[in-house]
Amino acid sequence: MKRMKLVMVGNGMAGVRTLEELLKIAPDLYEITVFGAEPYANYNRILLSPVLAGEQTIKDIMLNDVDWYAQNGITLHLNKKITRIDRKNRTVHAEDGTSAAYDRLILATGSNPFMLPVPGNDLQGVISFRDIHDVDAMIEASAKFKHAVVIGGGLLGLEAANGLKLRGMDVTVVHLPQSLMERQLDPTGSQMLQKSLEDKGLKFLMGKQTEQLIGKEGRVAAVRFKDGSEVPADLVVMAVGIRPNTTLAESAGIHCNRGIVVNDTMQTYDPRVYAIGECVSHRGIAYGLVAPLFEMAKVCANHLAEYGIGRYTGSVTSTKLKVTGIELFSAGDYLGGEGTDNLLLSDPKSGLYKKLVLKDNKLVGAVLYGESADGNWYFKLMREGTDVSALRNRLLFGETHLGDAGHGGQSKAAAMQDSDQVCDCNGVCKGAIVKAIVTKGLFTLDDVKAHTKAAASCGSCTGLVEQILSHTLGGEYSAPEAKPLCKCTDYTHDQVRAAIREQKLTSIPQVMSQLEWKRADGCPSCRPALNYYLISTWPREAKDDYQSRFINERAHGNIQKDGTYSVIPRLWGGSVTVDQLRTIADAAEKFKVPEVKLTGGQRIDMLGVKKEDLPEMWGFLAERGLVSGHAYGKALRTVKTCVGSDWCRFGVQDSTQMGIDLEEMTWGSWTPHKFKMAVSGCPRNCAEATIKDFGVVGIDSGWELHVGGNGGVKVRATDLLCRVATREEVLEYAAAFMQIYREEARYLERTAPWVERVGLAYIKARVVDDAEGRAAAYQRFLESQEIYKFDPWAERAKGVDKHEFTPLKVVAG
Amino acid sequence: MTAVVEIVTQEQWIEVGSVSDIPKDGARVVKTPLGDIAVFRNMQDEIFALRDQCPHKGGPLSQGIIYGKTVACPLHNWNIALDTGMAVAPDEGCAASFPVRVEGETVFLSLTPNEGCPGK
Ligand SMILES: Cc1cc2nc3c(=O)[nH]c(=O)nc-3n(C[C@H](O)[C@H](O)[C@H](O)COP(=O)(O)OP(=O)(O)OC[C@H]3O[C@@H](n4cnc5c(N)ncnc54)[C@H](O)[C@@H]3O)c2cc1C
Ligand code: SF4
Ligand code: FES
Repeated sequence: MKRMKLVMVGNGMAGVRTLEELLKIAPDLYEITVFGAEPYANYNRILLSPVLAGEQTIKDIMLNDVDWYAQNGITLHLNKKITRIDRKNRTVHAEDGTSAAYDRLILATGSNPFMLPVPGNDLQGVISFRDIHDVDAMIEASAKFKHAVVIGGGLLGLEAANGLKLRGMDVTVVHLPQSLMERQLDPTGSQMLQKSLEDKGLKFLMGKQTEQLIGKEGRVAAVRFKDGSEVPADLVVMAVGIRPNTTLAESAGIHCNRGIVVNDTMQTYDPRVYAIGECVSHRGIAYGLVAPLFEMAKVCANHLAEYGIGRYTGSVTSTKLKVTGIELFSAGDYLGGEGTDNLLLSDPKSGLYKKLVLKDNKLVGAVLYGESADGNWYFKLMREGTDVSALRNRLLFGETHLGDAGHGGQSKAAAMQDSDQVCDCNGVCKGAIVKAIVTKGLFTLDDVKAHTKAAASCGSCTGLVEQILSHTLGGEYSAPEAKPLCKCTDYTHDQVRAAIREQKLTSIPQVMSQLEWKRADGCPSCRPALNYYLISTWPREAKDDYQSRFINERAHGNIQKDGTYSVIPRLWGGSVTVDQLRTIADAAEKFKVPEVKLTGGQRIDMLGVKKEDLPEMWGFLAERGLVSGHAYGKALRTVKTCVGSDWCRFGVQDSTQMGIDLEEMTWGSWTPHKFKMAVSGCPRNCAEATIKDFGVVGIDSGWELHVGGNGGVKVRATDLLCRVATREEVLEYAAAFMQIYREEARYLERTAPWVERVGLAYIKARVVDDAEGRAAAYQRFLESQEIYKFDPWAERAKGVDKHEFTPLKVVAG
Repeated sequence: MTAVVEIVTQEQWIEVGSVSDIPKDGARVVKTPLGDIAVFRNMQDEIFALRDQCPHKGGPLSQGIIYGKTVACPLHNWNIALDTGMAVAPDEGCAASFPVRVEGETVFLSLTPNEGCPGK
């Protein structure tokens, strides 16, 4: 088949992208010819700014070199400007007489910088900022001259000014409106931007209208303004805007209206002629950023390939300023107006400003200053028209903040202003919450809900309220604001704990009398906590008080909703032998267990066992070598493992054995809250080690250790603690981490909130950096284990705590 | 298992065991034809008896943590007054309480519930 002829005028970003897209889907359909007025192959125009700033070179920004055209069979005419289109004969003609015939024509002529029509604009040293040629001229001037004036305080002007400044020139930016980048920024954002640029050494003349460029010997020497003032200028860069380059199209009689007018398939009024890029006007809009142009390119290619399914329906655009050290992002309707809500976060002191514009529960605009990492996420929400009502209260804090307690980083609630609304349902602002926390002595989310109604309705601001709480109360250990352990005392968890350690208190009555408990017998909140603090601080000296333990830990089984219990024997590292399976099957049969189930921690759960049967059943299991799995306790639960290098073709470490070793070392230990571990044999992490309290992941050189993860309502992925080489190190680090957690976390505080409260840096300092401290913690753990590593089931089968399992009396009817 | 099986009528005081059979701040269960009854002993050695069924969802009160004159249900932590069987506000409801009598070390229980606990 004879190929059709495709000719493209304009060798810029949008045009070449169209060809790339076309070659992807219909490589053989056309014979392609390209004309470019510039002497360069295809380069990334956007990156001219970093080139000017000296951060990149022309070589770095080439997208497709001449070879690329050759490889794809494209005829390339560089340095040839097309001046005439003969639509009747379907040919294009260049200045130098070169011509080409077409079946389809693409116009991708981009835009021209607008030069202010003032006297002197044709002097030497007056240039625009559009192409490599301009950049070369600027670099050259910066080596010879001192004074640069950039006219125009938009994106382009500021990037030019920044580059010239970095090249050693004395730069003044002249801007007619009162605020910079007024087309992308609201006034507050503008002010912050101007301030940081001034700090970088740029000067600004705002509200100044240029009247004339004054020359000296053919070269520009000064800029004069309407108000009569003047500034010296050896170089003037005009960056006051761009105009779609329609000259060629207009001369060929193609309909233009501030751009070449195209339909949704990028065709002009002459359907053989497509237009694309900055030169077009689509639904009345001419775009000046690459993202929409690339969307156009896709559609155009699709249509040229005769698929005809793509349509371009317009774009929301976003902008990032490319000035190193300044983070600025703006997108969409950043000003807002009728019917819009603005969410604001403004902290000029720390250089943070965020504004989100919402309309009909959708994000329609955003300005981010100081921190633009979430720009893409916001932009995605905008483009996809996501209903953000459920995220609304957390939206300002960015993506990472959502649905998660975060990763031990800094609380962003800190950056909020007192007047910023936190709870939209009930109209509660940050200031009101902080005030309630401070004056009423609130310590929990529930307290805040009860007093302020914040987070009491839809609950979507819960995370934020928690942040405000923790930020207001601080993570300090003995901060006076910290929460009392319970209503029976004014002392905090940490204070009680310190007293137990320092005064060597070893029993609950002793603690209560020493610390003047308000209620002689305590309550169900403090008694289990005290019992835990006592036995973890003084494993040898303190006696475990069973009446102060929750029933599960007293009966060594999980109480179920019908008052029966579940029995889960320990299966070391999730490995199980045939004999163990048989024993479990026999026990289930013998004690008429109504349901047997596999747990998430790789064990077998026998559900529905009557309390009276427990000791006998445990005895049966114990005789056959099975011990308690402590599946009911604030204690080491399971060590989940994957098969690892023994079997798995990806495995690099023996994860199963590592899991068994860890479980054998740690079982029976009581912890502030349940404690789970997992070991994966390679970074594929099949054992899900990164949502465990302590996770171990095999790598070529040894093991990665992770801490502070959990599944559950609020999933938190672990933080990477460190890498170690040997099995012995894994055991030592695990024990040390666990021991420090046991000694310092508050009762019922899991590792995830603990790590967040004290900070990963603290944990690293204790467990990784301090070798001596680590070894000592490891030792303390092992000592405690000498006492607590025993099977509570076997004991009870032999008669310990018999009263717990037998009725006082049976009265017959 | 050492419990003695007897045949009784409801009005009688039944000897159920000695005070020391029940741990301090603990409870034991008496199984009766009318269902389980929890017999509690607190720190002050006071003895109480309640139907072993939480007014909330029937949790076994005998398995709860006992403090002062209150027991916290093991299932959802409702607090129930040991002397009256009434749930502590804001929760509402009550577990029938039964008369107990201690003579010397011996605990007697009556199976006729006290008045004042509607519907139980
Ligand atoms: C310094 C600078 C920084 C920028 N920064 C960003 C940014 O951060 N983000 C962003 O999204 N956008 C940015 N832009 C804008 C972006 O570069 C343009 O939107 C994009 O390059 C336009 O692509 P285009 O193909 O339509 O036009 P161009 O890339 O301008 O290509 C048009 C080409 O056609 C040629 N041509 C015109 N007429 C003829 C003719 N008659 N015959 C032959 N050839 C002809 C021109 O010489 C030119 O090479 C920046 C632009 C500049 C100048
Ligand atoms: S984590 Fe790696 S070693 Fe373990 S099962 Fe998965 S792929 Fe295999
Ligand atoms: S059953 Fe007792 S609190 Fe729910």
